[in-house]
Amino acid sequence: MTRDTHAPEAAPIEIDRLLADPGTGIIVCCGSGGVGKTTTAAALGVRAAETGRRVVVLTIDPARRLAQSLGLSELDNTPRPVLGIDTAAGGSLDAMMLDMKRTFDEVVLSHSTPEKAEQILANPFYQALSSSFAGTQEYMAMEKLSQLSHEAAEHGTWDLIIVDTPPSRSALDFLDAPKRLGSFLDGRFIRLLMAPARAGGRAYLKVVTGGITLTTAVMTKLLGGQLLGDVQTFVAALDTMFGGFRQRAEATYALLKDSRTSFVVVAAPERDALREASYFVDRLDQEGMPLAGVIVNRVQRLAAAGLSAGRADAAAEVLGEASVAGTGSATAGLTEGLLRVHADLAETAERHHAQTTRFVAGHPGIPVTEVPAAAQDIHDLDGLREIGAALAVAETPGVTPGLTRDAESRAG
Amino acid sequence: MADPGSAGRFASTRLHIVSGKGGTGKTTVAAALAVALARQGKRVLIAEVEGRQGISQTFNVPPLSGAEERIFADRSGGEVYGLSVDAKKSLLEYLQMFYKLGRAGSILEKAGAIDFATTIAPGVRDVLLIGKIYEAAGRRTKGRRSGDLVYDAIVLDAPPTGRIVRFLGVNHEVAGVARVGPIKNQAESVNRMVRHHTTAVHLVTLLEEMPVQETIDAIADLRTAELTVGAIIVNQVRDPLLTDEELAAISADTVAGRAEAVEAVRTDLTGAGVKATKVMVRGLFAQAHDLADRVALQAQEDAVLAEQGLPLAHLPTLPGGVEDGGLAVLADALIEEGIV
Ligand SMILES: Nc1ncnc2c1ncn2[C@@H]1O[C@H](COP(=O)(O)OP(=O)(O)OP(=O)(O)O)[C@@H](O)[C@H]1O
Ligand SMILES: Nc1ncnc2c1ncn2[C@@H]1O[C@H](COP(=O)(O)OP(=O)(O)OP(=O)(O)O)[C@@H](O)[C@H]1O
Ligand SMILES: [Mg+2]
Ligand SMILES: [Mg+2]
Repeated sequence: MTRDTHAPEAAPIEIDRLLADPGTGIIVCCGSGGVGKTTTAAALGVRAAETGRRVVVLTIDPARRLAQSLGLSELDNTPRPVLGIDTAAGGSLDAMMLDMKRTFDEVVLSHSTPEKAEQILANPFYQALSSSFAGTQEYMAMEKLSQLSHEAAEHGTWDLIIVDTPPSRSALDFLDAPKRLGSFLDGRFIRLLMAPARAGGRAYLKVVTGGITLTTAVMTKLLGGQLLGDVQTFVAALDTMFGGFRQRAEATYALLKDSRTSFVVVAAPERDALREASYFVDRLDQEGMPLAGVIVNRVQRLAAAGLSAGRADAAAEVLGEASVAGTGSATAGLTEGLLRVHADLAETAERHHAQTTRFVAGHPGIPVTEVPAAAQDIHDLDGLREIGAALAVAETPGVTPGLTRDAESRAG
Repeated sequence: MADPGSAGRFASTRLHIVSGKGGTGKTTVAAALAVALARQGKRVLIAEVEGRQGISQTFNVPPLSGAEERIFADRSGGEVYGLSVDAKKSLLEYLQMFYKLGRAGSILEKAGAIDFATTIAPGVRDVLLIGKIYEAAGRRTKGRRSGDLVYDAIVLDAPPTGRIVRFLGVNHEVAGVARVGPIKNQAESVNRMVRHHTTAVHLVTLLEEMPVQETIDAIADLRTAELTVGAIIVNQVRDPLLTDEELAAISADTVAGRAEAVEAVRTDLTGAGVKATKVMVRGLFAQAHDLADRVALQAQEDAVLAEQGLPLAHLPTLPGGVEDGGLAVLADALIEEGIV
């Protein structure tokens, strides 16, 4: 067995134990863009449901075909049952796709009188904010999570919530954006704008004496008085309703620190994605947020194990020369092609292995699970079941990919 | 492939805006495009607007400070300057230019007004970011050859497809919030620039379902917003390694036919010095089978893109990534594919 004895090993995530543990109430799947967060969230949902949990999965912008398979064509911002789930173990699966504008509207509606809500919903600043602020999607994902969590606690509808996170360059955006939104809405400038209307604002005003007039004057000139007016109306309306956005953001943030919550960080076996995963893992640690482990997704596996890229290339070379010289067999061209295909895959597999190994070495003690790259996109329940199974029978990272081990077992 | 010798289709484009689904290679393609333009003796500015230092990483130079710095020079005399546009800095520059604010800038900063304007006031941030591009695009040299435009071409590493129309359609957005004043004027100038006939939005994609779908959606959205879509740039195209006939044969292969083929291939392998088991040969076939499926799927996606009736360019997957001259390879491919 060619095992690199220096390669560090990490224990895989014990996915089935995590899913079966009644103490697991929320699983958050995060990671950088395109690594497989949505797929992983859905696969965990299917597996948990089929092993008896009553699950709701909150997805964000799933690929169209996957959305169809999950029955997510209705955009009503509430979970719907997923058909085709094996409920023999007593579980169930509901799924939904986040509608961020609608979620924001719901927040407004549920916390104010109808007249006031109407006023806010029609406010141009609110409209722009709820559909375009860079962090709104992240914020609304958290908002929805807390709504689902309340619903689960009150009605016992679900005992496990799995959340996907928005596509963003950095996984950290998910943690930072809501705070950013909260603190800006509740920030200095807003308070300054509101100051004349508040008694407590006087003291603050003194600090920036002279500044206030200049600030509002310049801002009015720059942005137009209308915008500032809209902002003032908006914030005033919100303020009386529920004591500031910051608190709300903080309450949701606290949910993420709960001991019933687990983070699963998804990464691709590439340098950039693993670097992002690294930042995220460190950040979770700083925040005291519970990490279940890291999933390295779409790792190249070889069906023809035991043949290195170098040897395959060399043999292909020999066959190529024979073909040119006219001494090759009738299948020499095909064999050469098969070898080149293999060399290419084996090289990718070797690179993936090297990247994963480096990550594992840099993060001792953190469970890491590798999920093989399927030949095709994952867009139906069977595909999700396969990913779920791969997650559960996780191979130990740090073992040379597919080399000899598979070959031995298959040859046997 | 474009017929060799023809001038690039976007030879007269001055502002190249590069968008695409996240992670498809926008920054890499923007960098390759800048290098391709510099190869033709042009002085090029490549700008990023998300503060990620993607440009400096791709060109393998120290982080960009916020000033325009030369990051690449070609033998032809062409050059690439890099800029990481910072919204806050742009706003302060802007206030300075229009209001000669001096110290007052820091009062605004203290009051949180700068943060407000650059982060939360909807659309204002985008106006500031792209306003900087507008300024650089129109800037003329001072001194001896004064009056010439400083840059022959500008490449913008733009936000992803999900946000591109909103980013470029700043005028509409800002119209709702800033109805008067310099930000609004700026928005109008920007609006003219992005709709000018020398501006094109190129879309980078992979031959996968989601990026292709996003590309198609983005084309429709850009057109609705009356923005000119440039080329579709298919990135990370893999060499199929097998001929069409071989791929077809492998796909059509029946199990009955395969036993023979397995034996023949095994003999070939042994002859070439690889001691192969039947299991290994079957594995080789299985891998090629997957590849054939993937190639077929990619061909389908490629056909969908071709239906868009836009210039289409294909860039290869660089086995070693963009380091070690990879950018030059992609730049050459862009020229060869007739883009610039
Ligand atoms: N193990 C796998 N094997 C093969 N394909 C996979 C695998 N995991 C994910 N995919 C495919 O990769 C693509 C991206 O996956 P997915 O949408 O889950 O990523 P994401 O992290 O949610 O992306 P985004 O950041 O855009 O939201 C999809 O087409 C999916 O089917
Ligand atoms: N043709 C290529 N061959 C090999 N690797 C590539 C190629 N194009 C891009 N890459 C790699 O793919 C990764 C993503 O590329 P890049 O950063 O350019 O994408 P992006 O679209 O700008 O991403 P983001 O949405 O995060 O800004 C990088 O690691 C880059 O080096
Ligand atoms: Mg997703
Ligand atoms: Mg980029």
